[in-house]
Amino acid sequence: MRLPVLTLIAALALLALPAAAPASSPRRGEQLYGRFCASCHGPGGAGQTSSSQIGAGPARDQVVQGGLGPPLRGVGARAADFYLRTGYMPLRRSGLQPRRARLLLGPRQIDALVAYVASLGPGPGVPAPRPERGDLSEGQRLFADRCAGCHQIVGAGGYVTGAVPPPLHTASAVQIAEAVRIGPYVMPSFSERAISNRQLDSIIRYVEWTRNPDDRGGWSLGDIGPVPEGLVTWFLGASVLVALCMLLGKRLRG
Amino acid sequence: MARAKDWLVAALVLLLGRRTRTVRAGAPRLVPKRETDDRAERVALLLLGLSSVCAVAFIVVYALDRLPAQTQLLGLALGLSLLALAAALIVTGKRLVPEEELADDYPPEEHPAEQDDVEQLVDEGVDGISRRRLLKLGLVGAGGALGLAVITPALSFGPFFRVRELVVTPWRSGRRLVDEAGRPLRAAELEEKTLYTAFPEGADDEQQGSPLVLVRLPRQELDLPPELAGYDAEGIVAYSKICTHAGCAVSLYRTPLFPPTEPHPALVCPCHYSTFDPARGGRVVFGPAGRPLPMLPLEIDGKGYLRAKGNFDGPVGPSWWGVRNRKAGS
Repeated sequence: MRLPVLTLIAALALLALPAAAPASSPRRGEQLYGRFCASCHGPGGAGQTSSSQIGAGPARDQVVQGGLGPPLRGVGARAADFYLRTGYMPLRRSGLQPRRARLLLGPRQIDALVAYVASLGPGPGVPAPRPERGDLSEGQRLFADRCAGCHQIVGAGGYVTGAVPPPLHTASAVQIAEAVRIGPYVMPSFSERAISNRQLDSIIRYVEWTRNPDDRGGWSLGDIGPVPEGLVTWFLGASVLVALCMLLGKRLRG
Repeated sequence: MARAKDWLVAALVLLLGRRTRTVRAGAPRLVPKRETDDRAERVALLLLGLSSVCAVAFIVVYALDRLPAQTQLLGLALGLSLLALAAALIVTGKRLVPEEELADDYPPEEHPAEQDDVEQLVDEGVDGISRRRLLKLGLVGAGGALGLAVITPALSFGPFFRVRELVVTPWRSGRRLVDEAGRPLRAAELEEKTLYTAFPEGADDEQQGSPLVLVRLPRQELDLPPELAGYDAEGIVAYSKICTHAGCAVSLYRTPLFPPTEPHPALVCPCHYSTFDPARGGRVVFGPAGRPLPMLPLEIDGKGYLRAKGNFDGPVGPSWWGVRNRKAGS
């Protein structure tokens, strides 16, 4: 049942596209919303939070079940900006963890969609972090305390049961600030009381520093901990030693 | 002290004061006398000395603990020590220990006199080393110093094992919860969908039983087992932050932004992914942990501060034999 509706929406949106090109941003955003978002987030950002809303039940197949999506009224430009500019949305199928991906939409389409989602209800705007104002060592302390458990101490990403915390190497300062406040997928969210804007600046400054860290221990091996270090020791070190032994043995025999 | 001295004297006597074998006087040599190789001996001794010095350097660097590039220096010292020891053994083996292959019929046992010949052969055969005992001493020195160097870091493991310490926690009824800066926590300021770390007021934060992980859950989502009923304070639940598997800090909180399509809330340990359900008394839902996270009963006092209502429901920290037979104590 969903597919024909989708096709209809898509067809309508396509028909409307040429005529709507010079129209104002929220209007264009609304069309894009209908095309890419409405199937899960519902008309006008109302959301689809239970399977009865989309005519699905426990017995229906996963694809239909997957049409659930959170309401977008009141999430503001912050969430829209984050999810669209990281390529997290549009999601291939509802229920998957959103991952950083190639952007499906152009920057102007994203602007229009962000403006439309922001117009759905009063919500937080896009933050404007200033990492240069932050303190690096405080940032490291806070990051180790709040973030490193999942994202690893140099932001290399990691695993949680049931989800994959992404690496932070490609995240922009604005995206980090947005993610900390939103808590995408299963990440905790941190209000301004939990992490002040000034502390957030420090955290971002630290994350930016981790892209070129100061490797005191020598070869960093991607800073992902003792496992690769052990592998290098055993496979590289041990094979060099074995080769050396064989050379010595050959000389002794010869 | 006196005992240590006795041991030392005994060891020295054993090493240096043993009777040497007497060789039959006046008997003709069976093996032509070999030139002693002074140079090789000196090299071997030098290498053994170098190995000792490097091993001692490792201990010194480890003890100083303040040098820049300490990691590299430690690696260099231990590596050079092992390298010098290996080189010394190679020099000894190739230059000093005589290599000779003698093929002879096995002497019949009923001629014990011939055994003397064999002993003499062996004795005279190794005449090529003049400072044999010194070499042995050097070897023992290098081996001993290297052994010490290898076990030195074990000193950092902490106090020796006492089981009683493991079940003691600083928590007791009425003790307030504070954040890492020592500020008392108010129940009203804790939000959902995020995690907090708390410590006992006026106690040592470094103790194993101190750190807590706090989360607030909607009350209707709480499903505590009957023996833990009333442990929460208005939906705020507190667990020990130390994982019951290997003792890492449980610092991951999985909290879905959109519950219908995302995984359930869970506390996860980053070391081996033990996953605990905060809504059901810290029950293990995944991973190697063998028992739930110990839960601390909470209450809110008249001023809105969070206080402990007692001690944990079980021993804190990684599991060990008999951990289930113990209770957390104070």
